[in-house]
Amino acid sequence: MKKKRVYLILFSVLILAFFSFNLSYPNYFNGTVDFLNSKLGFQFPHFWNPPFRLGLDLQGGTHLIYEADLSGVEEGDRTFAMQGLRDIIERRVNLFGVQEPVVQTQETAGHNRLVVELAGVKDPAEAIKMIGQTPFLEFRKQRPQEDSERIIEKLEEIQGKSLEEIQSIENWQLSLEDPYFESTELTGKYLKKSELSFDQNTQKPLILLQFNDDGAKVFEALTEESIGKQLAIYIDGVLLSAPTVQEKISGGKAQITGTFTIKEAQDLVKNLNAGALPVPIQLISQQSVGPTLGMVSLQRSLTAGIYGLLAVIIFMVLFYRLPGLLASIALGIYIALILALFKLIPVTLTLAGIGGFILSIGMAVDANVLIFSRIREELKEGKSFGVAIEEGFRRSWPSIRDGNFTTILVALILFSFGTSFIKGFALTLIVGILVSIFSAIVITRALMRVFAGTVFEKWRWIW
Amino acid sequence: MAIKYTKYRLIYFIIAGVLAAASIVALFAFGLKPGIDFTGGSILEADYKQDRPSNQEMREKLSGLDLGSFSVQPTGDKGVILKMKSIDEDTHAKVLENLGINEGKIEEKRFESIGPAVGAELKGKTSLVIFLALLSMVVYIILAFRRVQRPIRSWQYGIVALITLFHDILIPLGVFAVLGKLYGVEITIPVITALLTVLGYSINSTVVVFDRIRENVFRGGESFEEVVDRSLNQTLTRQLNTSLTTLFVLLAIFFFGGPTLKYFSLALILGVVSGMYSSFFISGSLLVSWLKMRNRK
Repeated sequence: MKKKRVYLILFSVLILAFFSFNLSYPNYFNGTVDFLNSKLGFQFPHFWNPPFRLGLDLQGGTHLIYEADLSGVEEGDRTFAMQGLRDIIERRVNLFGVQEPVVQTQETAGHNRLVVELAGVKDPAEAIKMIGQTPFLEFRKQRPQEDSERIIEKLEEIQGKSLEEIQSIENWQLSLEDPYFESTELTGKYLKKSELSFDQNTQKPLILLQFNDDGAKVFEALTEESIGKQLAIYIDGVLLSAPTVQEKISGGKAQITGTFTIKEAQDLVKNLNAGALPVPIQLISQQSVGPTLGMVSLQRSLTAGIYGLLAVIIFMVLFYRLPGLLASIALGIYIALILALFKLIPVTLTLAGIGGFILSIGMAVDANVLIFSRIREELKEGKSFGVAIEEGFRRSWPSIRDGNFTTILVALILFSFGTSFIKGFALTLIVGILVSIFSAIVITRALMRVFAGTVFEKWRWIW
Repeated sequence: MAIKYTKYRLIYFIIAGVLAAASIVALFAFGLKPGIDFTGGSILEADYKQDRPSNQEMREKLSGLDLGSFSVQPTGDKGVILKMKSIDEDTHAKVLENLGINEGKIEEKRFESIGPAVGAELKGKTSLVIFLALLSMVVYIILAFRRVQRPIRSWQYGIVALITLFHDILIPLGVFAVLGKLYGVEITIPVITALLTVLGYSINSTVVVFDRIRENVFRGGESFEEVVDRSLNQTLTRQLNTSLTTLFVLLAIFFFGGPTLKYFSLALILGVVSGMYSSFFISGSLLVSWLKMRNRK
């Protein structure tokens, strides 16, 4: 192998290491950049920093499984009914302002299920209540001007910030509020019935609402207070229309006009009257983790990872000396590479995933161990240093390949199993094993080859 | 320096046999304690802000609710873990209310409620996965060693690998049966996951040994016993070192990794240690014994 090519590969490895290290932990890079910018007046940008995606068990949140009762729905319409259900639940879930809520339909062995994942939700009980309720009809009145301005200000303040940063802002909860309208007492519970009708002039569909006696009084008071102002009508938190009130309305009748189709208007009327979701659902499984517990779990598993890593490095250096040190460097690059991949793919990190990752640190050195043992054998047989390295890598490859193949096979079977704990573990283990093979075969080899033909070759005791 | 490891194979078999037999006895006598993942049920973990009341007081506060037979278990300084049957959201709210969440006495840290149907499904799925994993391992070995027919046939390698797999799974299970009896440790999804990982890991070590045996058999000129001994000598360092580095990280998880990963890592530790033993002392020795038995006939 030509020396030039050796250095070329080494150079590529170092560049890869630089990028993956800064991608997984940009603080040092950014700190240096800030320092330079402030001292010398440069305008260097910060390193690209996509966030890690943390699972529910690490950032806190709730995982719900609902069983849908489709017995009243015909066979052919079931997929459609489940999609409708998902859309409605999704709309309700979005009200919580959680990041990337997950709402999925799932069909297993004749059961139709709906999986809802809410990350970082503070009050799962409230969420469960809201998901299971009837369509939520609500009238909201206009906010005073100064309130609107305050909320809009907050909204601008939180632009482009992460959830943690947002939560450190004073009164950040304000930003979750609707800037223009505020809730009133008038909701769907005062509803007597609703009807589909058509506008006389435009022939557009509209929805007639009839309130009960109590509701009529509330509505009267509300309209009186809002003359000349807008009154907004929301269903499941979505604004349908916001007519301006001309006069006080008695008798408890209201109408909703909006840009909906006849079909949508029909569905809405049906849901409002039936007071239910398109199909009945029942909560069959719930897993909630508070944010403090999640944080503690994350810190503990990271501590465990660091101690484990240190033990492995100390052992490798003591036992294999210089190759051990090189393998430890390769292991460091391996970790940076994996973390960068977790961010890029992105892999949702759960506690199980971190467990799998830490385990893979222990296993990652396996390939190195196999290679170094072979190299020592070759050296003992009296081969030259360069030959021993190449032979060691070549002859240990079948063992590395076969051995890791079985672990990957089991991980694939685990992955197809489906439970989220297992999936997270299996995925990180597979990624970990693949990258570890790469790290041993490419990175360690590149580092080792640098020493071939140098004076270090003669110091046999370090090998 | 070549140590004749297989010479003492009777001792290895006795040790493994005694441990395996003890595990089987423990499994039959105590049984395994399945967690709520498999049986359905609910767990609530909460922290008291001030002093934690006694178990008796907590039990009294919850006595009016329909919780089935429930357990109250203190954890840490101020924490408590309640285990109940699967309950709905209303009951969950009442439990928290009775413990004083409205007065700000407690903070809920975790709640899980799994319906019995979900648990039963998972049980079925788990059995299927374990079966698939075992099957694929044996098929893999038979395929990988299909060219080797002398003096031991490839399916015999497969059977020996299967025996070591049973050994590696049986011993952790036995330990968990004892722990379940003594400390109420449960078999949960993480524990099952760990044991399945042990399958892959243990086969990995066995493959490395068999690989060397195959390589040395092809060279010829030695009795099979000598071949196995030489292969064991050659692979010893690797077996020890790989298992050790894996054990280091597992011990770190066990001691520092927090409660969720504790029994997960324990299952792996037990599995890796039994795998280390079986791949080194059992797999090669079994091949030798099998060949001798056949020759005697």
